[in-house]
Amino acid sequence: MPVPILAARDVTKFYGKGAGRFDALKGVSLEIFEGESVAIVGKSGSGKSTLMHLLALLDRPSGGSIELSGSDAVLLTGTTLNTTRNRTFGFVFQQFFLTGGASVLENVILPLKIAGIGSRERKRRGLEALAALELEDKASNRASNLSGGQKQRAVIARALVNNPRIIFADEPTGNLDTATGAVVEDILFALNRDKGITLIVVTHDEDLAARCDRRIYIRDGLVVSTGSAVAA
Amino acid sequence: MRTIDVIGTAIDNSFRSKLRTTLTVIAIFIGAFTLTITNGLGTGINNYINNTVAAIGAQDVLTVTKVATDATTTGPKKYNPDLVAASGGGRPGTTVQALTPSDITTITNLTGVKSVQPTLSISPGYIQNGSGTKYTVTAIGAVPGITLQLASGSQLSSTSSQSQVVLAKSYVRALGLSSNSAAIGATVKIGVTDAARNSSTIDATVVGISEASLGAIADAATTNSALTQKLFDAQTVGLTGAAKDRFSQASVRFAGSASEAEVTKLKERLTKAGYSGQTVADQIGTFKTVIDVIVLVLNAFAVIALLAASFGIVNTLLMSVQERTREIGLMKAMGMSGSKVFGLFSFEAVFIGFLGSAIGAAVAILVGSGVSAALSGSVFSDLPGLTLIAFSPASIALIIIIVMAIAFVAGTLPAAKAARQDPIESLRYE
Ligand SMILES: Nc1ncnc2c1ncn2[C@@H]1O[C@H](COP(=O)(O)OP(=O)(O)OP(=O)(O)O)[C@@H](O)[C@H]1O
Ligand SMILES: [Mg+2]
Repeated sequence: MPVPILAARDVTKFYGKGAGRFDALKGVSLEIFEGESVAIVGKSGSGKSTLMHLLALLDRPSGGSIELSGSDAVLLTGTTLNTTRNRTFGFVFQQFFLTGGASVLENVILPLKIAGIGSRERKRRGLEALAALELEDKASNRASNLSGGQKQRAVIARALVNNPRIIFADEPTGNLDTATGAVVEDILFALNRDKGITLIVVTHDEDLAARCDRRIYIRDGLVVSTGSAVAA
Repeated sequence: MRTIDVIGTAIDNSFRSKLRTTLTVIAIFIGAFTLTITNGLGTGINNYINNTVAAIGAQDVLTVTKVATDATTTGPKKYNPDLVAASGGGRPGTTVQALTPSDITTITNLTGVKSVQPTLSISPGYIQNGSGTKYTVTAIGAVPGITLQLASGSQLSSTSSQSQVVLAKSYVRALGLSSNSAAIGATVKIGVTDAARNSSTIDATVVGISEASLGAIADAATTNSALTQKLFDAQTVGLTGAAKDRFSQASVRFAGSASEAEVTKLKERLTKAGYSGQTVADQIGTFKTVIDVIVLVLNAFAVIALLAASFGIVNTLLMSVQERTREIGLMKAMGMSGSKVFGLFSFEAVFIGFLGSAIGAAVAILVGSGVSAALSGSVFSDLPGLTLIAFSPASIALIIIIVMAIAFVAGTLPAAKAARQDPIESLRYE
């Protein structure tokens, strides 16, 4: 049996303490394999984003463990943790988080800049990523001047520019109209299919969830079912 | 992230909110401008003092006076027939104990002393050209080896038997001489009154015309050894022995190659023997100390302005950390280390400090040079060679570095705040 690229082992997460303590995750276990597309589905406040942050090593679980390619992520600290975040993950958030005043290209190459890649190589790869999303003619525009769909495509370009193994997308179409949302979905699934990038999508949109290989349903901090299409 | 990218991004960021950066830069500008000007003032005045040292005295000479035995008591002092008015240097009314020929012998016999020349105090009554108007004049016997600041002519000769005098510029016209150069070689009469109120005149040749400077007393004539002796003899006609040979001070020459330690030792020997010796550097030192203290006080004001400006930096950066919370969160989520985030913001502070201080120093140099050129042409035209505000590259560089250091310290608080930010907290959707 292959080793999962990401796994959660009885993960719990609570916020606050004492009487004000809130258990956002109450013991979640799951496995995600390389090249899969997985949807994490659930109602608002069910703990989807919390789980995604733990899987993306942006936060530490209160209990249980996260495994990256079979080894406990707790062992990753400091520079190793930062390098792992930089090389392994790409992010598409529900909001764009583009720096409005900077050019589209500047925004897209941010992960490469953080990785310490030289400016010429950055530019080449940035333009390549923009070309893949049909945005190359907008490279030197200010990011604030893009339309919503163009912004989300720029964000995807930024997520894939460093050739990540996993792309996390939190409500990637939440901000877009149906038609534009469909285009963005197509791009994400094409990346998954053509480049073998593992795709983890957080959503409460059943249609988007249905396009994924597998669905993980979450309710009140617990996994209620995987795979089948039970409404959340 | 590469260091060069951290620097580039920090500079880009500082230009992102132009108004805020500009206001902070102006605050720093004011402090750096003031600091540069006050420092320039100190440099200018001290340079001038150094350049005119030669006019105050020769480098290998100690001015020796006898320490009054009751110098430290306050209130009325016992009458001492050996006290004479101090010549030059002291406050009016200051008296020192006179040096007698036996003192001169004692000093001559000290190790390290090459020669001793008692300073003859001369007080001529007037100076006159031919039968023209008589003008009062103060005269000073030149210490051998002194270099006067001359407008024209040549230095006095201490070995020549000719009676030579160097006159202050202001006497040229008064004595009916057409110009500085025309005055050279002219013979003037110096009137002297002796103890019995009998007048006599001594002829002297003008060899040079002096510029006014810190060292030379205004309206002064400087006489060479031969002339000094003649004037002294003429004014002490009728006095004998102890009454005549009383000197307020003496010039002690030592080897020109003497090290500082050797000079100090010589001074110690003089002190032990009951005398006090001062080099030109000692006399200048007092001057410089006063100026340094004034400059220090002015600098303190400038530093206070800079401290106020540094709070501006703290404020500016706190606002920009606040504004860029999400951006910081995103960069951290993408694997940027806390220390690089710290570097990003603290370099932005340093850059703002650099902008303010470099512009401040540059404008201060322009304004200071302009002002001091204007003043040299008007108020200070009597003090040629005085550049009131002068700038040395080293102190300008030091000011810029100090301001950048202050900016860095001011930036650490916001930068640390940014570095500590939790990516999740920063990215929480509104
Ligand atoms: N930092 C925090 N402090 C306290 N409670 C928190 C914190 N972060 C999340 N929570 C709580 O944890 C629960 C799960 O939050 P989470 O953001 O994971 O929800 P979600 O499933 O992503 O919801 P949505 O679909 O609305 O984004 C919520 O009830 C939320 O209020
Ligand atoms: Mg969420």
